[in-house]
Amino acid sequence: MTVPRRQVLVAAAGAVLLSPASATETQVAALIKELVGDATLREGRVKLDIPLLVENGNAVPITVSVDGPNRVRSLHVFAERNPLPNVANFYFGPRAGPAKVSTRMRLATSQTVVAVAKLADGSCWMDRIELIVTLAACVE
Amino acid sequence: MARVLINIPKEARKGEVIEIKVLISHPMESGQRRTDSGQVIPRKIINKFVCTWNGDEVLSVDLFPAIAANPFLSFFAVADVSGTISMTWVDDDGATQTELASITVT
Amino acid sequence: MLLAISAAAAEPRSGYQDASPATRAMQDDDTTNPGFLWVQQGEAIWHEHGGTTGKSCADCHGDAAAMRGVAARYPAYNVTLGHPLTLEQRINLSRTADQGAEAFAPEGDTLLAITAFVGLQSRGMPMAVSPDGPARPYYENGQRLFQTRMGQLNLSCQQCHDDFAGKRLAGALIPQGHPNGYPLYRLEWQGMGSLYRRIRNCITGVRGEPFAVDSPDLVDLELFLGVRATGLVVETPAVRP
Repeated sequence: MTVPRRQVLVAAAGAVLLSPASATETQVAALIKELVGDATLREGRVKLDIPLLVENGNAVPITVSVDGPNRVRSLHVFAERNPLPNVANFYFGPRAGPAKVSTRMRLATSQTVVAVAKLADGSCWMDRIELIVTLAACVE
Repeated sequence: MARVLINIPKEARKGEVIEIKVLISHPMESGQRRTDSGQVIPRKIINKFVCTWNGDEVLSVDLFPAIAANPFLSFFAVADVSGTISMTWVDDDGATQTELASITVT
Repeated sequence: MLLAISAAAAEPRSGYQDASPATRAMQDDDTTNPGFLWVQQGEAIWHEHGGTTGKSCADCHGDAAAMRGVAARYPAYNVTLGHPLTLEQRINLSRTADQGAEAFAPEGDTLLAITAFVGLQSRGMPMAVSPDGPARPYYENGQRLFQTRMGQLNLSCQQCHDDFAGKRLAGALIPQGHPNGYPLYRLEWQGMGSLYRRIRNCITGVRGEPFAVDSPDLVDLELFLGVRATGLVVETPAVRP
């Protein structure tokens, strides 16, 4: 059977698009699925604080915190359009205080950042923020 | 040894929540950058950070190349007993560094 | 000439005022400002014995607080040498002439560190670089360079940083280009850098030939920029995007 020329071109274009120059929503979703397992992932409880307008993606302050009385086992941060999807995992030990962590992350481009919290009661919560990275002029 | 800035109160009341802040001098080379001649600069990051209080874990962190150069971390602990807060981190090349701080809990 | 009559920026405005809240917060807190990694190293250098004399900075100068106000005055005319020096050059003169040690490499971490530590002692003080007396011809040469078109884009410092300051170039706000926070931590560099490095970036940006790191013209330009920043306070170590 001959494949129409147009279909071949579309397939070729698809192949180019699929080559992983950056992480994808699908990749992040798969990582989260692996993390959460059979539990239901709900929005809420966990809060992601990042400036919505980022003037340089090299060091973006990010704070992740969780509300509520339940002990937090871990926090996980992902970036959907960075070269690699993982940003950081935080595991809280017996001496931990309130589940609130801050760090500075890299953002390759404007994208959505996702945070997932796993609580001691087995529940899983998420927050997501879409942000814009502006690029500096006159860079080295 | 990398330069490091650690900010931990020297004293706390029992049950008080204290903030621990650490800033480590490190390029966090992501493995995604290239030289002018097109060669990939090999990845070299701190990939693990662990903080303990008298040996009990406060926080452990997996770091990925998306963490900024000269990594900064802030987190919280509950003051219980006087002793030593220890922070250890591991580089991709296997090198580890440990910094200690003592705290008096009253 | 059109450029000559364009007014200088009326009110000096620090790059701090135009930085995002996140970047300003990073500068404001000494426990989170990454520039303090260099300050900490600089403090160690201050107490380090070295050179043929075996002396440290502290042996002669005492407490670093003795350096208060120094960074605010630099670049400054050096009577012995008969020309102005940047703060980095002045520190290296002490290294070689007084301590009997080797000069720190330009742009190296050690020179950035000791300069940041000395600079910090003047934080909050008004910029006080003098264009007067024997510094005058050097200041005037710096001003001439500031107004000189350079590079394939044929732009002068003045065109961007006086005439178009506050407007945008691509996504970025064009700052007035003041030197009051150097050496400073730039997120773009992911590290600490000197005013020389920033000027080199600018000149590369207009596709020109950067000054050599030891060029007297560069010192004159830095001297002019220091005078131009009168009214601002020293912010070393500043944080900029």
